[in-house]
Amino acid sequence: MKKYVDNFMQYRFLLSELVKKGIKLKYRRSYLGIVWSMLEPLLTMIVLTIVFGTLYGNTDRTFPVYILTGRLLYSFFSQSTKAALKSIRQNSAMIKKVYVPKYLYPLSSVLFNYVIFLISLIVLAVVSVILGVKPTIYLIQAPVALILILIMSYGFGMILATIGVFFRDMEYLWSVALMLIMYTCAIFYYPTKLLKSGWAWILKYNPLYCVIDIFRCSVFGEVMNIHYFEYALGFSVLMMAIGLFCFKKKQDDFILYI
Amino acid sequence: MSKQPAIIVDNVSMKFNLSKEKVDSLKDYIIKSIKKEIKYNEFWALQNVSFTVEKGDRVGILGLNGAGKSTLLKVIAGVFKPTEGTVTKHGKMVPLLELGAGFDPQYTGKENIYLYGAMLGYTKEFIDEKYDEIVKFSELKDFIDVPIKNYSSGMKSRLGFSIATVVSPKILILDEVLSVGDAKFRKKSEKKVLSMFDSGVTVLFVSHSLAQVQRICNKAMILEKGKLIAYGDIDTISEQYEKMTN
Repeated sequence: MKKYVDNFMQYRFLLSELVKKGIKLKYRRSYLGIVWSMLEPLLTMIVLTIVFGTLYGNTDRTFPVYILTGRLLYSFFSQSTKAALKSIRQNSAMIKKVYVPKYLYPLSSVLFNYVIFLISLIVLAVVSVILGVKPTIYLIQAPVALILILIMSYGFGMILATIGVFFRDMEYLWSVALMLIMYTCAIFYYPTKLLKSGWAWILKYNPLYCVIDIFRCSVFGEVMNIHYFEYALGFSVLMMAIGLFCFKKKQDDFILYI
Repeated sequence: MSKQPAIIVDNVSMKFNLSKEKVDSLKDYIIKSIKKEIKYNEFWALQNVSFTVEKGDRVGILGLNGAGKSTLLKVIAGVFKPTEGTVTKHGKMVPLLELGAGFDPQYTGKENIYLYGAMLGYTKEFIDEKYDEIVKFSELKDFIDVPIKNYSSGMKSRLGFSIATVVSPKILILDEVLSVGDAKFRKKSEKKVLSMFDSGVTVLFVSHSLAQVQRICNKAMILEKGKLIAYGDIDTISEQYEKMTN
């Protein structure tokens, strides 16, 4: 264990450089730069509110906040796993020349998206205040959701990064899977109707929905569902364990396939 | 000179699977594994290579194209994990393999100095301190704030060389890098490498030019088809190599 910690400390600077690179290059050459990380979720929120709020006759004033909470978590999950999936191949030039622990590549992909995600939470705070969703004591639950989603994304990221090296098709399969995940996360509709039907399991066993629900509870001032918490935690830790195991087992073969 | 080992290569073999057709999609893989069509040609790039390099030795690696020279360097650098055998290293190692390959084209020269330096294991403080020296040696001047994609290949290798040689490593791995840039820079870089030799660095050097190897190294080895066929004093080995190539 100590060996791993020492190793990590030695490459801490490289990790921070890789994270910085991800953030810098994402918005380089755009006029608004990092502002896009806030503007983009805001604009999607407006579109989704018009379509699923106004056009569907939903007049709830706080509906935009509801959409934004789900949408922000989902887009972090989708962006970071996509980036991790491609990370090994994108850095193949480096991997072929200099020895660096390979887990740094998917890790930095997830982390730089996490930083962007945290910045975009500012939008949520502003929109919440404007629409009258006041912060409550339940907001202390928010870090739970934020940590869970990080573990989960990293776990998925490691698994996808490993598969992505050997099968290029995974990129396309994963974007289809992500679409399915998006529609089963109750991002732009209320889950009540679905939860009462025979299809409730789609939400209950969807770990990402569980995390989104915990996050919403903290924003809207409710107690989180403890079963969702247990399930999401167990699932995230399991994914992380599987991810680390697969990655460690296969990482020496990467170089032969990239 | 103390006779401590700097690099111990113990019975290293490296196998590559050369598949006849490249299978890199899931569909192909499933169809072919059902039909049992995946065939691999095993190819041993290195076979049971063992040797010890002592501290301060400068070893030239000779061999024809495809003899496994670059593979051996990459195994020692840690990029390839050997299929069998182990490599033990004592001391900080700097690999000068295909300079500038880790650069990000969208990043400027300055940003790349930090990125590439971090990859080589430098700390932030170290790079801050040596930054001016790197820029000066690379002769890039104002180009340092231009994205690397606008650099010429000579500029890229100059920057790569300057970053990699700013430390004083214990072990230096050179893969034909003494042919970087124009004649002026080549002289300068050779001088820099030679000055490192004086400080007692251990060197592994791959080159096709026997004259260059003779000038730089005190020992040499010959690889042929992945096997180590001779290792010893530079004079004996170069004689043997000349016979081989004629």
